[in-house]
Amino acid sequence: MKILVLMKQVPDTAAPITVTNNAVDASKIDKYAPSPYDEYALEQALQVKDKDAATKITLVTLGPARVREMIMQGLAMGADDAVIIKSDGSGDLDGLAVAHILAAAIKKIGFDLVYAGVKGVDDDQGWVGIAIAELLGLPLVNAVRSTTAQGPAVRLVRDVEGGRETVEAPLPALVTSSQATEPRYPTLRGIMGAKKKPVQEWTVDSLGVSADMLKPRVQMVKLDMPPGRQAGRLITGEPAEQVKELVRALREQAKVI
Amino acid sequence: MTNNILVVAEQSDGKFKSITHQMLGEARRLAAQLGGSVEAVVTGSGVTVSAAQLGAFGAAKVYVADDASLARDEPELVGPTLVELIKRTQPSVVFVGATPFGLALAPRLATHLQCALTSDCTGFAVEGGQIRVTRPVYGGRAIAVFEARKLPLVASLRQNAFAPLGAGAGQAAVETLSVIPVTLTTKVVETSKSESGKIELTEAPIVVTGGRGMQGPENFHLVESLAGLLGGAAGATRAVVDAGWRPYGEQVGQTGKTVSPSLYVAVGVSGAMQHLVGMKTSKVIVAINKDPDAPIFKVADYGIVGDALKVLPLLSEEIMKLKSQG
Repeated sequence: MKILVLMKQVPDTAAPITVTNNAVDASKIDKYAPSPYDEYALEQALQVKDKDAATKITLVTLGPARVREMIMQGLAMGADDAVIIKSDGSGDLDGLAVAHILAAAIKKIGFDLVYAGVKGVDDDQGWVGIAIAELLGLPLVNAVRSTTAQGPAVRLVRDVEGGRETVEAPLPALVTSSQATEPRYPTLRGIMGAKKKPVQEWTVDSLGVSADMLKPRVQMVKLDMPPGRQAGRLITGEPAEQVKELVRALREQAKVI
Repeated sequence: MTNNILVVAEQSDGKFKSITHQMLGEARRLAAQLGGSVEAVVTGSGVTVSAAQLGAFGAAKVYVADDASLARDEPELVGPTLVELIKRTQPSVVFVGATPFGLALAPRLATHLQCALTSDCTGFAVEGGQIRVTRPVYGGRAIAVFEARKLPLVASLRQNAFAPLGAGAGQAAVETLSVIPVTLTTKVVETSKSESGKIELTEAPIVVTGGRGMQGPENFHLVESLAGLLGGAAGATRAVVDAGWRPYGEQVGQTGKTVSPSLYVAVGVSGAMQHLVGMKTSKVIVAINKDPDAPIFKVADYGIVGDALKVLPLLSEEIMKLKSQG
């Protein structure tokens, strides 16, 4: 099976964001990391490969020069090769524009199954994966937590409201991942091996996406830090007194119970 | 293009979900500023009976796509019918819920219509004739304002972030839509239901979350019973989900669910960044933790420094007393 994993590099999700002049202050970003949902997508793909050595995984990303670090990490985790679509201005592209670019790229590469994170933890829109499936007319299963290959189809488990379901999709198909088991760490052998794996660099222009498709349909006009919450009141005393006072405050002051 | 707002209503077991009322409330406020009216669309199987109800909540017109094929809550099935409706009725704004259904539906609509999309929105305003949408980005570490460059704007609304308006005397004209048939390529081969009667975490007015401080899966009945007493839902931190103490469906935080209840009780939760972004917009936050330096206290309205396993049973007892007094 030929699997593509679409990945996006974002500011490390464990660190705060600094906003200056309506934009994220890039000088304050110490570290970039794969968007966590894309790491889940890769881990799910690697688990399919674990069971079938003939499976080949290609990483596909759009971004500036720094994305190479994420790609090398993904190759060290077990992906076979990668395509980097060079773009310095991805901040001006909306999700649908990115989807047009990636859809053109993955058509060119060829695939049986495409994975994408359910959303990128930067614009948090959740547009790209779904849009690619729509643009290419692919069966889509959204917010998946695990995959098992099943002959000419795949079985995908996802959480739905009020429970869980297993969905079967024919190939080729597109899956967005919302969860997985803890993504694996690259082994030393993996890290050494990654250096020899093929990484192609493409340009957006070479993919023949019309300028009209890249024009933003939605634009960010303002960015702020989230309103801070004031630390409230610590209730002191013996546990029984604390609890009594808490319940009184919730009822009489906050009026929420 | 009209100045109207189209609300894609959601139902569960024949009743409109609270997000539907929240969307209609916000749609009425926004429509008044835009000088348009509110319309709604109800999709599903056997939904015609309840459709007219939405008139009382501000919908001037309700479109109904009622077909046995729509029994499954699958965005792919209703997509083409909704795209046709939007093309014909030309609303400026389309509201869907930021529910699993809505979050999968909205990007499909915006892709077909090649128009603006804003996901998981928390505020709307009109300035200089432009609709401005507020929504958290970077996993809640920043707040952004967006403007549509190509209408309609398809927006999903965060659950519990908007106040519903009460029922009035309004009446809606109901129009039946012809459903465009869709052959699904995917099929559900297995379903497992979680306990019935449980309130969905993202919809719950009160959430009680247990973290590492609960010390083990055997103590989570304390979290569940307090949640039950308060008419809320139980949540869990990523640490306890990773440890296998609780199912992923209960995870609150960046890679889990984002909740915005009127009361959030964090028990034995330290308050890591990835957790805080998933619950910080709750109206009132209570933290119970034995570490006085835990970051959770920095966002809590009320804090108790103490052992979760001791405080929690006392708290449940006190709530029970309160209930027995009526």
